Amino acid sequence: MSRVDILHVSKRYGSFAALDNVTITFNDGEFFGLLGPSGSGKTTLLRSVAGFIVPDEGSISFDGEQVENVPVHRRAIGMVFQSYALFPHLTIADNVGFGLDVRSTPREDIRKRVTEMLGLVRLSGLEGRYPKQLSGGQQQRVALARALITRPKVLLLDEPLGALDRRLRQEMQVELKEIQRETGVTAIFVTHDQEEALTLSDRIAIIDQGKLIQVDAPQTVYERPANIFAANFLGDANVFRGTPVKDGLKLADGTMIETLKAATGAAIVRPEKLRVASGRKKAAGNSLAGEITQAIYSGASVTYRIRTKAMGDVPLLAFIQNQTGEVLDTGTLVTVSWDKDQTIPVAP
Amino acid sequence: MTRQARTVFALTAPAYLWLAVTVLLPLATMLYFSFLTASPLGGKEVQFTLKHYTDFFTKQIYWYNAWRSVELGLYVTALCLIIGYPAALGLAKYIKGRWREAIFLLIILPFWSNALVRTFSWTMVLREPFNILFSYPAIVVGLVHAYLPYAILTCYISLQAIDDSLIEAGRSLGATPAQAFRRITLPLSMPGIMAAIFLIFVPVIGSFMEPRILGGKDAIMLGPIIEGQFITAFNWPLGAALSFTMLGMVLLILLAASPFLKHQMARS
Repeated sequence: MSRVDILHVSKRYGSFAALDNVTITFNDGEFFGLLGPSGSGKTTLLRSVAGFIVPDEGSISFDGEQVENVPVHRRAIGMVFQSYALFPHLTIADNVGFGLDVRSTPREDIRKRVTEMLGLVRLSGLEGRYPKQLSGGQQQRVALARALITRPKVLLLDEPLGALDRRLRQEMQVELKEIQRETGVTAIFVTHDQEEALTLSDRIAIIDQGKLIQVDAPQTVYERPANIFAANFLGDANVFRGTPVKDGLKLADGTMIETLKAATGAAIVRPEKLRVASGRKKAAGNSLAGEITQAIYSGASVTYRIRTKAMGDVPLLAFIQNQTGEVLDTGTLVTVSWDKDQTIPVAP
Repeated sequence: MTRQARTVFALTAPAYLWLAVTVLLPLATMLYFSFLTASPLGGKEVQFTLKHYTDFFTKQIYWYNAWRSVELGLYVTALCLIIGYPAALGLAKYIKGRWREAIFLLIILPFWSNALVRTFSWTMVLREPFNILFSYPAIVVGLVHAYLPYAILTCYISLQAIDDSLIEAGRSLGATPAQAFRRITLPLSMPGIMAAIFLIFVPVIGSFMEPRILGGKDAIMLGPIIEGQFITAFNWPLGAALSFTMLGMVLLILLAASPFLKHQMARS
């Protein structure tokens, strides 16, 4: 349970900057998500905190103590790997107890703590099994128990749920969050799964090309993305580009879009904020006339792609909650409308 | 026969036939010879006897030389592993790309040269500057040289199959590099070490060329004795009996070690 400070950390591989002057603080007890595309530097950041990578510049400290030159085994971290990395030659009990065993903890204490940890991850009774005899979800929980048994200062998770199927992943998300809250450990995890990032994180950092794009609570990142990249990476977004005018943007064809506050050249609106009505109607706030080019029915909601003159080749994306059970056919002429307050100016 | 059984039969029959003709048949002949008083060649009168086998157990010279062969096997196997394992570790975990290929080539190179030429060329080096030709150490040097690639290759295969994240997991849990090696890398590479032991220990016990060429008077051990029975003494039955006794010895050693081997295999 620690606070982790990353100060001006850079890491280069040849001319490629994996991390470019990153400064960020992970608060004590926080569950922090590092979100970005592959090659963005999120894993490099995680592995720098772990000690597997030594940054070229900058400092990393745990509770104010600098650790860049402390080797991995003395950093007091716990790590969960995407592949789980369970020791195939050791039983579940020996896997979980490994961290205590290498610290020469008395056998009896190890046994007690292992029982405790397996209880925490709801795997009591599997002490004598081997990893390959366990299901993916169970292996994941063993990896978690093993990482937590030493009461690490910080728990690092590299795509922790990436190898699980969708249903199990959702279950494990809830469980992971509960265990983190119960133990109060500072947890940093890397993911490219936006849903995972939203569900698990107290705060999220969006990373691209070695730089931090935005660091905020999930809701803030989603509702108020800093730029187009952040808006597109976390969720879907309809992006309007135009010239800034008073109260909004003027699009290429002359259409005026009102925005929440003064825009600098781009604004986004989330697809679920759009309303779609058949026919040409005058609506309050922003509205565009268009034609449905695609309608996808998915039970709880309907996804429409709508061609508009103002947007040209890029269709508007609308998620409409299925309240009436009706789906508009492709080719239907519609009016798309949304509130000015949902039109968020972003950096281009 | 079901369709699948027919397919399996058709696929494996040629191999079984080949093995039967080339391995089992000559071996069976030799086994038969080993119970005869003399080679049944050239129309000689021969009788059935157990003498060659009982000789082994009653004459101390055979016991003594069998032990010398086993001892040589232990020395050579141990040295091959002591030299080969670190090399395999370096190749599997630390050296990447082109360098790895180049070093592999250097390791395999001895395989491509004729064994006899290789061994004779050793006599030059061992005489000058080392001055240990015709001695026990010379035999060990020659055999380690011949069998080292087996140790490196088998250990390399099992080492490179170990996922790096396992070692990282160990380090993240507080293991020093030495602890991570002893508790993770070493046990997980056990199959490679075992394979090396099988591939080196067994043929070294029966080796005769290296002892004969490099060993001088120290060459007296089971392999050269067997060779002598066939080549110079022309006592094939005794040579065959000693061969089968040696085979039995090797099987006994492996049998004695099997609980340990099984344990190692089950874990990995």
